[in-house]
Amino acid sequence: MIDAGRMYGLLVWTWVRAAAQYPVSMVLLALATAVVTGLDAAAIVLLFSQAPRIAGFGSSEVLFLYGTSALSFGISDILFGTTERLGYHVRQGTLDAMLVRPVSPLIQIATEEFSPRRFGKLVPAAAALAFALARVEVAWTPGRVAMIPVMVLSGAAIFGALWVLTAAVQFVIVDIHGASKSLTYGGGFLTQYPMTMFARDFVRGVTFVVPLAFVNWQPALYVLDRPDPLGLPGAARFASPLVAAALCGAAALAWRAGLRHYRSTGS
Amino acid sequence: MGVLPWVWWYGLRRHAAYPLGSATEALTNTVFGFMRAYVLIALWQVRPSLGGYDATDAVTFCFITQALIGPVQIFGGMDLAERIRNGDIAIDLHRPAGLQGWWLADDLGRAAGSLLLRAGPPLLAGALVFPFRAPAPENVAAFAVALLLAVTVSFALRYLVAMGMFWLRDDRGLNAVTLVMSLFFSGMILPLVVFPGTLGTVARTLPWAAMIQVPADVFLGRYDGVELVGALAFQAAWAALLLGTGALATRAARRKLVVHGG
Repeated sequence: MIDAGRMYGLLVWTWVRAAAQYPVSMVLLALATAVVTGLDAAAIVLLFSQAPRIAGFGSSEVLFLYGTSALSFGISDILFGTTERLGYHVRQGTLDAMLVRPVSPLIQIATEEFSPRRFGKLVPAAAALAFALARVEVAWTPGRVAMIPVMVLSGAAIFGALWVLTAAVQFVIVDIHGASKSLTYGGGFLTQYPMTMFARDFVRGVTFVVPLAFVNWQPALYVLDRPDPLGLPGAARFASPLVAAALCGAAALAWRAGLRHYRSTGS
Repeated sequence: MGVLPWVWWYGLRRHAAYPLGSATEALTNTVFGFMRAYVLIALWQVRPSLGGYDATDAVTFCFITQALIGPVQIFGGMDLAERIRNGDIAIDLHRPAGLQGWWLADDLGRAAGSLLLRAGPPLLAGALVFPFRAPAPENVAAFAVALLLAVTVSFALRYLVAMGMFWLRDDRGLNAVTLVMSLFFSGMILPLVVFPGTLGTVARTLPWAAMIQVPADVFLGRYDGVELVGALAFQAAWAALLLGTGALATRAARRKLVVHGG
């Protein structure tokens, strides 16, 4: 595990040094990434310029959801986002080259073309979260304060597991990438908004089937002290770390199974 | 028959060659359509006639934008940029056909392929699950024209970005800027009718409005008679202006390019 972390860091550093050969490009692209990520926040601000409350939530509460969601998604995207290219490597045959190197192919794909520009994703997320935390009306207790980092990290782990899970599916169905974006990027979009906006069955789906509700919605109900529209027991609000651990376990199993299933293309 | 119809046909064939890949993209477009539709419905419950739309208009608009992502290629990019980077552009410039016309034909082919494979599922799913405003028969014809103009405007903008490669040698910076503009000012993220005051007025005069907002309004039947002609003329004017700029850029690029070797 420590060895894997060290290897990940080493490969990241190699790619960062490569990207730093074009410093102006690197800075501009980081800025551009920040602006593109910030467009979702701009959409929320525009929505609330037309109505003070939407689906029972005010602008600072939705920006709180946006901030936690985008921060979790950004962290997971920085760490594992490039695993979505697995299908491409299978098709090109470059996965075979990765398999003969003495480093886990998961680490090799996850660090591929790692660029500091990706940190641009965290800027609007962190700014929106700071803004929302200053504005949102919450009776702060130690538990609520502690919940913020816990939910961001659990959310990042859930999204990270989704990146790896959907990548593992590409071992079986090479062309599935287009559809798996609805789980990864779609999940990143969905969790920016309160679940009270969505139809009840839809919310059940993203609670029990793909546990996106545990990224930030359930913990946010605790922080904002809101009733759960699905009426789940109070313990669900603290379940995010457990859900994240379970999903990471499932992702690890799926990745191993997929890798064993892989039989190259032959000749 | 000239060469351009063939370029169009092969563009269509190439971009319709992977139906499974297109189907998975269409699935993601549909999922995003659902999520965005719920958000818009929540807003329209508070403001039932915002910007002259009712909730049905807003939901229909949302699924039209998802259906148009592929054909209008809202996320930008064109194969031409890579050919300029790696020098294959020299071959393109040798052809006895104009560079911009060639790539316009290719891009219209791409759009047609994408329309066939990717536009149906989001519209169908939206119409089945949500209240949906199906266009009147005369609007379908107008929408076809609006869509053709939308793709042309989109092409002209992306062509100019690719031309930038001749001077900047890297299209990523320009791509990033135009991506922000096209996502935000086309109506892709939110319908432009939601934009307040001056921002809304400005947004509706920019070329990106011609890519999503105007064709969607034509689909919804929001223009009659003279207004419809005005809307299509707005698109056509931007298309002509941008294609004209593209032609000038192509001429400048021909003088800029030096082909080595022999």
